[in-house]
Amino acid sequence: MITLTDTQTIDVPVQSGEEDRYHLKMGPQHPATHGVLRVDLDLDGETILTCDPKVGYLHRGFEKLAEHRTYAQNIVLTDRLDYIAAMSNNVGYCEAVERLLAIEVPERARMLRVMVCEMSRISSHLLWLATHALDIGAMTVFLYCFREREVLLELFAELCGARLTTTYTRLGGVRQDVTRSIMKKLDKFVEDFPACIEEYETLIDTNRIWLKRTIGIGQVSAEKALDLCLTGASLRGSGVDYDIRKHMPYAGYEKFEFDIPVGETGDTYARYRCRMEELRQSNFILRQCIDMLPPGPVLGKDAPDLVMPIRAANKLEVDVPAKNALITLIEDRDVFMEGDIYVATEVPKGELGFYFISDGMGRPYRMHIRSPSFIHIGALSTMAQGAMIADLIAIIGTLDVVLGECDR
Amino acid sequence: MGKMNNNLVQIADGIKFIPGASAIVAPLNKLINWGRAGSIWPATFGLACCAIEMMVAGSSTNDLDRFGIIFRASPRQADCLILAGTITKKMAPVVRRVFDQMPEPRYVLAMGSCACTGGIFDTYAVVQGADEFLPVDVYIPGCPPRPEALLEGLIKLQEKIMQEQGRWSNLV
Repeated sequence: MITLTDTQTIDVPVQSGEEDRYHLKMGPQHPATHGVLRVDLDLDGETILTCDPKVGYLHRGFEKLAEHRTYAQNIVLTDRLDYIAAMSNNVGYCEAVERLLAIEVPERARMLRVMVCEMSRISSHLLWLATHALDIGAMTVFLYCFREREVLLELFAELCGARLTTTYTRLGGVRQDVTRSIMKKLDKFVEDFPACIEEYETLIDTNRIWLKRTIGIGQVSAEKALDLCLTGASLRGSGVDYDIRKHMPYAGYEKFEFDIPVGETGDTYARYRCRMEELRQSNFILRQCIDMLPPGPVLGKDAPDLVMPIRAANKLEVDVPAKNALITLIEDRDVFMEGDIYVATEVPKGELGFYFISDGMGRPYRMHIRSPSFIHIGALSTMAQGAMIADLIAIIGTLDVVLGECDR
Repeated sequence: MGKMNNNLVQIADGIKFIPGASAIVAPLNKLINWGRAGSIWPATFGLACCAIEMMVAGSSTNDLDRFGIIFRASPRQADCLILAGTITKKMAPVVRRVFDQMPEPRYVLAMGSCACTGGIFDTYAVVQGADEFLPVDVYIPGCPPRPEALLEGLIKLQEKIMQEQGRWSNLV
């Protein structure tokens, strides 16, 4: 009879070759693929040999749909792109169209945009933390994060009537001004939130399981991350200091003081730390918004004629068949320029770009969305190669993908 | 016996509890419906935006657990399918397969405008309503519906289950 001591192992002959490979199709119905992502895996034991993400299960035809709607109507579509941070999408879209149509935005509206952007960044990061931790096995974090997220969503509901699909921005401003009640509640949230971040950190920051599941997992070097076109916290975790809010400021971000947290190691833990620091920075920006919010109108003078209650007093002309537009602009200005434009904004996931080709009509001739999630899913196969199958869940989580935005 | 009947406590429609005897008196179909309505286990199956609100409904603010609603990761253990989000033509066969994997009795909730009618996505890629290929029990409108609306839909489903007759056997 053979007995084993601690140092002895049995060498079981394992055949290796094509016939021993195991093909696994993970998703689209899988609780940890964040929606309807399907990943085709080629496995050797538990090691991933090749990883092939299959997208398109949530392809809804945004870009085609946008060609049949006016610029103002398309704001509604942008809510459903990254439905976790709809406000950021609204702002990104409107910033792009405003630059195309050369519309001025009043100062107060710009600051309100920054405010809702940062609120949605916090709510997006909270959802990311909740689901990422849940996938790795920390259930309590989920409950804690949703507690604070609920406060923000209710603020959105008070601001514009919807929790997720907000449609808050308008071309040339925002839909309506904030009330005193909203500012009071937001002030309380900003006051309380840093303590909440610390609370999340006590749960997982030095948790042994969390460290083992995140340190060294999904590691990408700075060069590799740039090659893969990663943006947002996924790139900053690798040590690249790139944030559009700082480098190409929009909506008045240049007036705010904030740091860009940058990681070093480029693994899942570094990206987690980056996002946690971003929560603090966003909270700091919100504090500045509350303190600096200037008085004034929230909709520009040359904003398109879509906000009915304001325009109802004046002449309401919806008579531009030549322009093929449902909305008009005041004073018969010929605003729809021809040409193309690409404008990028920093949404919680990374760089969201809108590319328009305009032929002078009231609708975009072509609208392309450069969504960070789609590009990040492209990086999945490189990052998951050689990893264990259980780590794939952590890697999908750390990339922070939303399939609505990815498949469009 | 007559004296005992006076002490019966009605705990649900037609279901009576005998205090001190640890016993329940009820018609069989009502008893079974009562059990079913109190333990709806939906499959964890998020499709799009509405799935986020479904998660909120399951978190501590609204707490679906108090209705006996516990999300199950496998359709084999589930008896309710919450279609939370847009169903695309690529996804529809998968949804159908998940539904087919669920054991009877099974129920379908269409959550949100997309699952009800296709919503704003009247495009080449989107199925115009889940009822084109699934028997939908409850429609929850909204884009997305608030978590409270999902709760309302689930309570409506419970009411529907309580009125069922003969679904579990021919005998009743």
